[in-house]
Amino acid sequence: MSVHVPTSLTEAIDLLVANPTARLLSGGTDTMVEVNFNRSKPESVIALRRIAALREYTVDSDRIVIGAGVPYAMMEKGPLAAALPALAAAARTVGSPQIRAAGTLGGNLGTCSPAGDGLPVLAALDATINLRSPRGPRAVPFAEFMTGVKRNSRAVDEIIESVSISPTTGFQDYAKVGVRNAMVISVASVCFVHDTGSSSVRIALGAVGPTIIRAREAEQWLQSQVDASQQLPSHDKLVAEFAQRVAAAARPIDDHRSTAAYRRHAIEVLARRLYLRSTQ
Amino acid sequence: MKNATSTTNRSTGRNVLGTSALRPDGVAKTQGNFAFSSDFQAENMLWGATLRSPHPHARVVSIDPTEAWKIAGVEAIIFADDVPGKATYGLIASDQPVFARDVVRYMGEPVAAVAADHPETCRRALAAIKVVYEQLPVLSDMDAAIDPSTPAIHPDGNVIRHQRIVSGDPNIVGDVVVEGTYEIGMQDQAFLGLEAALAYPDPGGAGVELVVATQWLHEDRKQIADCLGLSPEKVRLVLGGVGGAFGAREDISLQVHTCLLALRTGRPVKVQYSREESFFGHVHRHPGRIHLRHHADRSGKLVKVEGWMKLDGGAYASTSAAVLINGITHLQGPYACDNAVLDAWATRTNNPPCGAMRGFGVVQACFAHEGQMDRLAEALGMSPVDIRLVNAMKTGDKLFTGQVVDSVAPVARCIRETADIPLPPEPSRVTGSLELPGGSGRTSDPGHIRRGVGWGVSIKNLMYSEGFDDSAEAKCTLADGVATLKFATAEVGQGFVVLAQQIARTVLGVDTVILDTIDTQIGSAGSTSASRQTWMSGGAVDGACRLVRERLFEHVAHLHNLDPLQLVIEGTEIVDTLGPLRVAVADASTGLRIEQTFLHRHRATEELDENGQGNCHVAFAFVAHRAVVDVDTDLGLVKVVQIATAQDVGQVLNPMALLGQIEGGIAQGLGLAVMEEIVVDDGIVRNPSFTDYLLPTALDAPDVVAIPIEEYEPLAPLGAKGVGEPPCISVTPAIVAAIRNATGRAIMRTPVRPQDICLAD
Ligand SMILES: Cc1cc2nc3c(=O)[nH]c(=O)nc-3n(C[C@H](O)[C@H](O)[C@H](O)COP(=O)(O)OP(=O)(O)OC[C@H]3O[C@@H](n4cnc5c(N)ncnc54)[C@H](O)[C@@H]3O)c2cc1C
Repeated sequence: MSVHVPTSLTEAIDLLVANPTARLLSGGTDTMVEVNFNRSKPESVIALRRIAALREYTVDSDRIVIGAGVPYAMMEKGPLAAALPALAAAARTVGSPQIRAAGTLGGNLGTCSPAGDGLPVLAALDATINLRSPRGPRAVPFAEFMTGVKRNSRAVDEIIESVSISPTTGFQDYAKVGVRNAMVISVASVCFVHDTGSSSVRIALGAVGPTIIRAREAEQWLQSQVDASQQLPSHDKLVAEFAQRVAAAARPIDDHRSTAAYRRHAIEVLARRLYLRSTQ
Repeated sequence: MKNATSTTNRSTGRNVLGTSALRPDGVAKTQGNFAFSSDFQAENMLWGATLRSPHPHARVVSIDPTEAWKIAGVEAIIFADDVPGKATYGLIASDQPVFARDVVRYMGEPVAAVAADHPETCRRALAAIKVVYEQLPVLSDMDAAIDPSTPAIHPDGNVIRHQRIVSGDPNIVGDVVVEGTYEIGMQDQAFLGLEAALAYPDPGGAGVELVVATQWLHEDRKQIADCLGLSPEKVRLVLGGVGGAFGAREDISLQVHTCLLALRTGRPVKVQYSREESFFGHVHRHPGRIHLRHHADRSGKLVKVEGWMKLDGGAYASTSAAVLINGITHLQGPYACDNAVLDAWATRTNNPPCGAMRGFGVVQACFAHEGQMDRLAEALGMSPVDIRLVNAMKTGDKLFTGQVVDSVAPVARCIRETADIPLPPEPSRVTGSLELPGGSGRTSDPGHIRRGVGWGVSIKNLMYSEGFDDSAEAKCTLADGVATLKFATAEVGQGFVVLAQQIARTVLGVDTVILDTIDTQIGSAGSTSASRQTWMSGGAVDGACRLVRERLFEHVAHLHNLDPLQLVIEGTEIVDTLGPLRVAVADASTGLRIEQTFLHRHRATEELDENGQGNCHVAFAFVAHRAVVDVDTDLGLVKVVQIATAQDVGQVLNPMALLGQIEGGIAQGLGLAVMEEIVVDDGIVRNPSFTDYLLPTALDAPDVVAIPIEEYEPLAPLGAKGVGEPPCISVTPAIVAAIRNATGRAIMRTPVRPQDICLAD
């Protein structure tokens, strides 16, 4: 096995061109599990950790850019957490402190599991995934990036460079149901964003379908019922109907972690709770 | 708990009995230097690996290793035909093949093993062995297994054991009758130190030495020797560092395979399981279904218990027969009652084999009888505490088996002292607090939380039962003020190593106690299970040290013309109780070498007759648990806030070690209450990894407030009862009762899943 440790993105791209089957390695918290389970046997590895640019982020008034190599530990607090509270909340639910120190958003996107905790936040915030290849940069909206269970539209010679997000004003939060109080894979999760600036409500669901699901019908229905440039009203009937419409968007399955019925129920409860948190 | 932090006796500064003496292996373990069995290496060593069936039930049509032999580095490939001795093994019935020959009966059953120069070569070789299976219908249901019309999946039949208990007046009826059917999922012991062993063949294959993490060296040796076709003395076992056991190392797993590969290749061979393989490599806790009908009079006193218990033993017998007896004989709980009609079955199915796990059949029984006590309380309008106090067993009460409980039995005291422990503060008012149910997922807002309180009380037998003579041997050598102890007691993490030192320091007045290698170069210590080593091996070490002390007193008495009976040990000195003599043990033993061996036996027990009558158990211990939980009733998520417990321990020999057992047992019982389950679907294991087999994390572990109830047990050599199993037994029903209390739901199954709480039944 060959291991390459590039220190710049261009070097990494050159290496990827020269070794088209090479495995990109960021925090390794997904990759090493696969290797340990013999599900993958990389012949060649390109480790991205020494590329300083990938581990940086910028928070500007009109745009937040997060390098693909930024670990969850950096999203949990500081300027990123202040600008993107939902991402901070999602980051805090990931694994253990060790996993959060190593695991990255780029890796979450590379794996593209429906249970990936960063992904509903990117979906709800309409994030753009910035990819780079020998052909140059390419920007893909999250909704077009994730295409199925552990499938995405990244080309083999592309590296995820960063994600960019337009800041929102108002409330955003993320909540995740697991059967254990920490370090647990999501059974159902919801990211709720109320952007008073764009008068929109955006809600994305994790672990209840092959991809992250945006409950667009429920979003539009709510926007037709309320003035989303203001704080949302909290009367019971409205919230209940919104939550039901959100749950209707879920496409959950039965598996050894949970049941479809519970997952759909949990989505409804979380949608209701996050909505109500936004009104407090 | 009192004394839990003081590590030495304050007045003398010595680490004697009663102090929180530090374990000799503690620093190495915390610093990562301790050699677990997986850390052993040998020069010229090969690696071994096991090929396992992917099917729960299949005919083995053919096995073709041709392609595997072509892989460079492969040194041996062995199958059922390569087992020179007995083809099968087992703790009670020898019914489990070393390698499956014609048929595989559970997913993960070994079919072949390879030895090669590298674990990766092994993996490739396993992948290259072509096995053709013809799948057979899977027997996965206990009732189908009991049904005589179901074809037998094993020559020994589909019922491993049936036992009946009929006691007192079977026709008597109580004023109040409650009944329920309880279900328990399959729990894994989930020890952290995975199975590992290293075998060194003797020249010419005359014998073998095996370094292995196990619970019982001598029983392993017997089974290994039988399968290897060697006499037991040709098989020498050395205990490798054991990272937890909890029953999962009572059956042999990789022992015979490792020895066979070493003897076949003439080279040392190491086998080490991965976490996934470990789930298939050892037995689990029996899942079960229990139906009970309790009769009581108007005051709440139990009149009769009737019902049945079914435990699924899976494909092979393991200890199922003994687990079943433990289960049925504990169905009455720690409560006096004269009349019973009970039936119990241990079934054979194509599910993973089940056997010993901490609590050994009593965990299942307790989940059911405690559910029943709460139902009775409700039917009678009594509190959970009162119904238990009204029925609390006392020394002298008779069990359903006719056996009189002559152990110290402070059941009522355990309940009362637990009830006196203050309740925890109210739940956090902070939205998204980590302390709320849902934890780091931040799902709960304070308004959604309901608090519940629940009770569990249990009785647990100590030592082996039904006529088994599980004796323990120990040797003590005193020379120049230093004691050396030799025993075959498996130290699996419970801390016998420190207890043995404390005993020697106390009895002999020495400070330095050296522990010899734990191996088969001395008689058996029995298994590190059944809460028995403090009593059994503790008794053996105590006995050996006392014999040495007698010789030492005789020597000193002879020198000073005294009667040895005048002499006692005070601290580190030998003191004449009738005169001025005072001599340090270190001085008195200079130039001497006194060596004594002691065999400790418990009193004899009997088998049960066909009506389940007989003195089948040695002794009993009791414990009470009160659980406080916060439940998010909409999402069905649970946070166990506090466990209060008072445990009947006889004597506290090491407060810190005791607290370790209590807190660890509670965590394990909590796991069974709310998350730990091997999900088996028609014989297929769905979650053989820690990704999906969930163990409690620090955030799931509750505050534990523990009170030891010290009533000296005259039957026990040190006055102390075993403390290993009780902590994990009644805590599970206590937590589930607390969830019922918070939600108003019946909840008849453990572990409790979110959907059991928040979705319609
Ligand atoms: C114990 C444990 C607990 C976990 N808990 C959670 C959890 O709670 N929530 C959760 O969402 N996840 C969890 N995970 C999974 C994992 O930590 C996350 O998915 C994490 O985001 C992966 O990031 P990484 O940097 O470690 O990825 P890596 O393992 O380095 O890479 C993952 C994949 O992404 C690709 N990749 C990485 N970087 C790039 C890039 N820049 N461009 C293109 N492809 C790239 C890799 O080639 C690989 O295919 C857990 C994992 C473990 C081991």
